[in-house]
Amino acid sequence: MSAHADTHAHDDHGHHHKETFMTKYIFSMDHKMIAKQYLITGTIMGVIGILMSMMFRMQIAWPEEPNVLFEALLGKWAPEGVMDADIYLALVTIHGTIMVFFVLTAGLSGTFSNLLIPLQIGARDMASGFLNMVSYWLFFLSSIIMVISLFVEAGPAAAGWTIYPPLSALPMAQGGSGMGMTLWLVAMAIFIASSLLGSLNYVVTVLNLRTKGMTMTRLPLTIWAFFITAVIGIVSFPVLLSAALLLIMDRSFGTSFFLSDIFIQGEVLHYHGGSPVLFEHLFWFLGHPEVYIVILPAMGLVSEIMASNSRKPIFGYRAMIASILAIAFLSTIVWGHHMFVSGMNPFLGSVFTFTTLLIAIPSAVKAFNWITTIWKGNLQMNPAMLFSIGFVSTFITGGLTGIILGDSALDINVHDTYFVVAHFHLVMGISALYGMFAGIYHWYPKMFGRMLNKNLGYIHFWITAVCAYGVFFPMHFIGMAGLPRRYYTNSNFPLFDDLANVNVIITVFALVGGVVQIAYLWNFFYSIFYGKKATQNPWKSTTLEWTTPVEHIHGNWPGEIPHVYRWAYDYSKPGHDVDFVPQNVPLKDGEEELQH
Amino acid sequence: MTALLTITVLVFILVAIWQMVKIFDLAQAKSECDQVATDKDNKINAYLMMGFLAFIYIITIVCIVKWGDLPLLSNSASAHGPTIDNLMAISLVIIFFVQTVTQFLLHYFAFKYKGEKGKKALFFADNNKLEAIWTIIPVIVLAGLIIYGLNTWVNIMGVDESDDPMVVELYAQQFNWTARYAGQDNTLGKSNVRLIDIDRANILGLDEADPNAQDDIIVKELHLPVGKPVLFKMRSQDVLHSAYMPHFRAQMNCVPGMITQFGFTPTVTSEEMRQNPDMVEKVANINKIRVEKSEALVAKGEDALDRYEFDYLLICNKICGKSHYNMQMKIVVETQEEFDAWIKEQKEFKNSLN
Repeated sequence: MSAHADTHAHDDHGHHHKETFMTKYIFSMDHKMIAKQYLITGTIMGVIGILMSMMFRMQIAWPEEPNVLFEALLGKWAPEGVMDADIYLALVTIHGTIMVFFVLTAGLSGTFSNLLIPLQIGARDMASGFLNMVSYWLFFLSSIIMVISLFVEAGPAAAGWTIYPPLSALPMAQGGSGMGMTLWLVAMAIFIASSLLGSLNYVVTVLNLRTKGMTMTRLPLTIWAFFITAVIGIVSFPVLLSAALLLIMDRSFGTSFFLSDIFIQGEVLHYHGGSPVLFEHLFWFLGHPEVYIVILPAMGLVSEIMASNSRKPIFGYRAMIASILAIAFLSTIVWGHHMFVSGMNPFLGSVFTFTTLLIAIPSAVKAFNWITTIWKGNLQMNPAMLFSIGFVSTFITGGLTGIILGDSALDINVHDTYFVVAHFHLVMGISALYGMFAGIYHWYPKMFGRMLNKNLGYIHFWITAVCAYGVFFPMHFIGMAGLPRRYYTNSNFPLFDDLANVNVIITVFALVGGVVQIAYLWNFFYSIFYGKKATQNPWKSTTLEWTTPVEHIHGNWPGEIPHVYRWAYDYSKPGHDVDFVPQNVPLKDGEEELQH
Repeated sequence: MTALLTITVLVFILVAIWQMVKIFDLAQAKSECDQVATDKDNKINAYLMMGFLAFIYIITIVCIVKWGDLPLLSNSASAHGPTIDNLMAISLVIIFFVQTVTQFLLHYFAFKYKGEKGKKALFFADNNKLEAIWTIIPVIVLAGLIIYGLNTWVNIMGVDESDDPMVVELYAQQFNWTARYAGQDNTLGKSNVRLIDIDRANILGLDEADPNAQDDIIVKELHLPVGKPVLFKMRSQDVLHSAYMPHFRAQMNCVPGMITQFGFTPTVTSEEMRQNPDMVEKVANINKIRVEKSEALVAKGEDALDRYEFDYLLICNKICGKSHYNMQMKIVVETQEEFDAWIKEQKEFKNSLN
């Protein structure tokens, strides 16, 4: 951090009050610094999450074999290097929790909403810098508690990231449902508070602080995506909070919201009249919108990067906004497709099949619009562009299998198999990660004033891209063969013996894909200090953030905030000498603004 | 050991990558290197895009050829199975078609329109006709899929009482299954986990006073007569479980505190399934793998693996704790006569109490 301080020591001009190290780097209220804090915290959590996945993939490929890594990293949970079945479930659980919430919600949305909303709408900062700071520090606290939960005596939460009760409610059902689950719930409650504060801030900022001329239909698609994501978060996260609170009540205060008629380890418990299905409803009421909270910001980033690197307007700007709105609306009424076989009324299943398959329509519109955006473009293959193209590729591959899983009749037989794991990892895991990487490669110059090494970026992308398909494409097939997920080993089922070699192949791809992320991490941290100095607008983009000075200053623009005269996508517009016209350039005499 | 070896290899790969990047960087040090893609970068990556398209196609073909005896497309063992398999096949065909076309367009455009200095992109921002086309086509395709899917779903989930299905309870607990037949009266006796009395061997919590419970039959292996509709009533005593019977295309969660249900008609006996040519091939392949594994085990002084013979299985498919990975029950589908003979040998509930 101190070397970091040196490189930015000259940031201080341009405003009056004196900043100390504490107010500048730790308790900062500046949205650009908070964005970096989110990104770095998210990165650290991401490393933990990916390491966990590499460990449990090794267990699946070489079940119950001693492994020095397990012995070193898991300690008492891997006696003589053989992974324990409880810790396997814990690894799967915490991997899911960390990747979905801490990396792809806070790390992605938190980073780029904070960085880009004020810069792209032409605002000096977020509506409330203080709330923004509180939001980050709650996230940080929540991360710390989640990491601490890994070290409790009886083990971390191990009931799956969906923490369905009664498994998650009863310490006698599973070691991880004791202190580990308590800490999980506390961490998530704090996380939700953080997320809500952030979302409120984003919504208020987008609605109120746009610069002169920045109408809603001139906003870059990034901002539309962040805005709608925040709205979905505000609608759905409180429901998860209430589910978590009720579960805490059941666990610690003897209520029976989710529990009834339980006989375990020789005794009847007092719970009466609750229903685990209620928890599933509450959980997925957030849980499904959550995947759109993860993917929409990635879609926004990719739309922006694709247009800029294609030197072409995004195709169908209005249709893109309409599809974001349609996805957001539908996302709140499809949660039941996670529950086709939960025991709820089959009629409800029919309704949810209908709404779920409808989501394919706006998704298809988006995919075709991206493909048309690169058609007849002048594609600049920067690493950010590669990740964006990769995003569209995995989004299509992963999204298509959604029409199988969303179809209740077909879901009967692939529910909770590896088919599901393949589907959601491609469509929201890998895709969102690609969106995040694309964003980092593209806006790194804006964040750190330096460039990332492009060759490392190319290697990072290509190896990751091959490994992502290598891991998740074969997984569809073992899922279709009926192999359930979350099995510590498949060796008790000779039926699945012919799938063992597929699992080895998948694991090898996973390990290579995991290790190659070191190339990215190295690039990221090395370039903060020694990267090539960035110019003001390295990608020749039209949006407002590239009109700010390279050096970060409080208030973003040294003088007046620029006014906006056109939409964000005047790339290669006929009648102009250069192939991009920034938003703050007034229309020429006789030039018409595109009626989009 | 294998894992250690893998990790060593990976570390070497990383070192190699790092060296390569160093070389790239040194090679570019003289030229303008502002870390923005040059025409050369565009060209190389454009070709890699085509390579990647080939990779996607190859991995698809390899997966289908090697592992795509598409287990869920054929050889279902229940009456409703083929309708699911048909719908699955149609969905997969649509998916593979769309996947092939869209991935081609995406990667081919990325190749064809690679950036060059001085080139100008086409200013093409909107086209209502095009957008209408790719909104309406998915609408039509999905409408078809939704109607077909919902029809299938309603047919599977609707229980037709006039078929007079045999009622069987599937009872889940950490980490095993129990089945309860309703007996002569085809009515399950009342039950609640609060009535469980281990000392009297009333392990499922049946109401001992209920006349319907007296002839119930509790077993650890599920036998089903072929061609006879079965209605399963699922119960769990502790946490969520899921009764998954992949060969019958059947699955339903077992939820403590409530009774869930799923019905189907088995159509293929275990014996017939063992003689199915696809199954013979699959079992032979599995046994080949097991023999190879056994050799390694014997060399280490451990017991060899048993020979595998095909059986239908009921397996748990909802995370339920430490031994979730080994919660299974054998299912035997047999002729009515065989079934009658088997059930006659089982003890009725009233005679099984201590």
